[in-house]
Amino acid sequence: MKFSDKFEKRFTEMLAHYPTPRSVLVPTLLYAQDEVGYLSDEVIAELANRLSLTELDVRNVISYYSMLTTKPRGKFNVQVCTNIACMLRGGEELMEHCEQKLGIGNKGTTADGVFTLEEVECIGACSWAPAVQVNYDFHENLTPAKLDKVLDECRKRIG
Amino acid sequence: MADLVSHPDEVKVVSKRFGQGAVNIDRYLELDGYKAVQKALTMQPDEIINLVKNSGLRGRGGAGFNTGLKWSFVPKQSAKPKYILCNGDESEPGTCKDRLIFEHDPHAIIEGVMIAGLAVGAQTGYIYVRGEYRYLLEIVQKAIADAYAKGFLGKNIFDSGKTFDIYWHGGAGAYEVGEESALMESLEGKRGIPRIRPPFPAVVGLWGGPTVINNAETLASVPHILLGGAEWYANLGSPKNGGTRLFCLSGNLNKPGVYELPMGYSLKKMIYEVGGGIPNGRKLKGVVPGGSSVAILTADEVNADVAMDFDAMLKAGSMLGSGGVVVLDDTACIVNFALRTIKFYKHESCGWCIPCREGTDWLQKTLIRFHSGGGVKKDIDNMYYLAENMLGRTFCPLGDAAAMPVIAFVKKFRQEFEDHLDGKPCPFAKHSGAQQSPVMA
Repeated sequence: MKFSDKFEKRFTEMLAHYPTPRSVLVPTLLYAQDEVGYLSDEVIAELANRLSLTELDVRNVISYYSMLTTKPRGKFNVQVCTNIACMLRGGEELMEHCEQKLGIGNKGTTADGVFTLEEVECIGACSWAPAVQVNYDFHENLTPAKLDKVLDECRKRIG
Repeated sequence: MADLVSHPDEVKVVSKRFGQGAVNIDRYLELDGYKAVQKALTMQPDEIINLVKNSGLRGRGGAGFNTGLKWSFVPKQSAKPKYILCNGDESEPGTCKDRLIFEHDPHAIIEGVMIAGLAVGAQTGYIYVRGEYRYLLEIVQKAIADAYAKGFLGKNIFDSGKTFDIYWHGGAGAYEVGEESALMESLEGKRGIPRIRPPFPAVVGLWGGPTVINNAETLASVPHILLGGAEWYANLGSPKNGGTRLFCLSGNLNKPGVYELPMGYSLKKMIYEVGGGIPNGRKLKGVVPGGSSVAILTADEVNADVAMDFDAMLKAGSMLGSGGVVVLDDTACIVNFALRTIKFYKHESCGWCIPCREGTDWLQKTLIRFHSGGGVKKDIDNMYYLAENMLGRTFCPLGDAAAMPVIAFVKKFRQEFEDHLDGKPCPFAKHSGAQQSPVMA
């Protein structure tokens, strides 16, 4: 199992920050997922081994955190917030718009593997609602037309 | 990234350096940066604690506990190391203020953690940033590295002979982790299941050591208090509610945004003046004044003019909470709003405590059916009864946070619930065909 040098450097650094190695687990899982695309069996086995945990321990933690996934996602994870502040300003309509435009439902992935759509809970953009996070990028004060532009940009980046 | 706004009534303390480039450590130093911690190094720990206590600073995460008092609970002597833990797991729906502090003034948080450490005798601090805020985690990582490079962190800080280390930590998506005991579990690499108290974290916290857990805004306020003094800070706010606070105005408003206003500011003015009033000539229906966990206030209650501080809000039957002010106009459906609120708590409940796990599930099932026209009269009282019986019966306040808003929705907007009965379509909007969830026995 090979991670990037940056990952390894960060991992080693982090281990020195805590009295117990296990403490690095949650952020490390997210960084590993960012590199591999999802938390594969191989990633889970590797991290369990490094931290002297059982694979079950690791899976138990993964299932608690909503950003962690053991299934592959599209290249762009389109996370539409429909929680109260976004809902009042059109968050649900944005979700419906995405479903129609991308032809997938909540947690679905387009056949070409470019987009995954996810309805998410509050992402901390309430004063700039409605908001969508594409991977880690925030897009705020959206309308369906503005969101179309964001999605079109994503496609362009794929080439 | 997130747009900044301003209003003449604002009193900028925590937001003083927003938009000033203070992410850069040299710029931060020009703007009085790291002066407060140097002052703290000349003070006795009890002096710092008393100063913060007398300033009337109360926890900005939502509970509103006096910060200095919280610090004073940490035992002076401890066989195990003590820790400061900054809670940057901002996730309460309606709340987006810590985001701005991390984005514009991360060193103020670092300084706050250091001062808290000096006050309680800790040598290590952690700054926990929610997983979704990756760009902010990167800002924090750089700010910490810059502070080490200047010699402000590490051994012999500011030639005091004292050691202080700060480390960053990232989450991976969990509202419940914002609760302090769950936050510690998460930092220890586990599921964010809450711990039973007592013992409180001030006595037994991270890895069994005494731990102070403060919200990011609370900690970012501390350096200003050290420099400005307890009296100055206390006088900015209302009695027993010192200072200012970042209020996140959202929902049906002309000018939503994060505004820093004195504690005790009028909610009515906040909506009609600061927030620019309700758009499109519509009327106010209600306000959720402190994040999704608190009881809604009706338009009449808002217009009667309530002060936005911890005590006045409690008296008005709600809570100041996390500073998230969500405004609903008269086109919003309360039943649908209740449903979306409960969907959130159902999603976030860890399932450890049965009243929360089952309660949120049944409330969601009932509200889905109810909103889509399948409601029966009995549901209304059932929901109320169910929510009431969740209160105070769980390890962490997530169960209460789910129950309190539901109780208020049913109590204050019963008519709207009744208007959905007998298969009538939602009077406010489109709806999606009757759902077939069972009726509670």
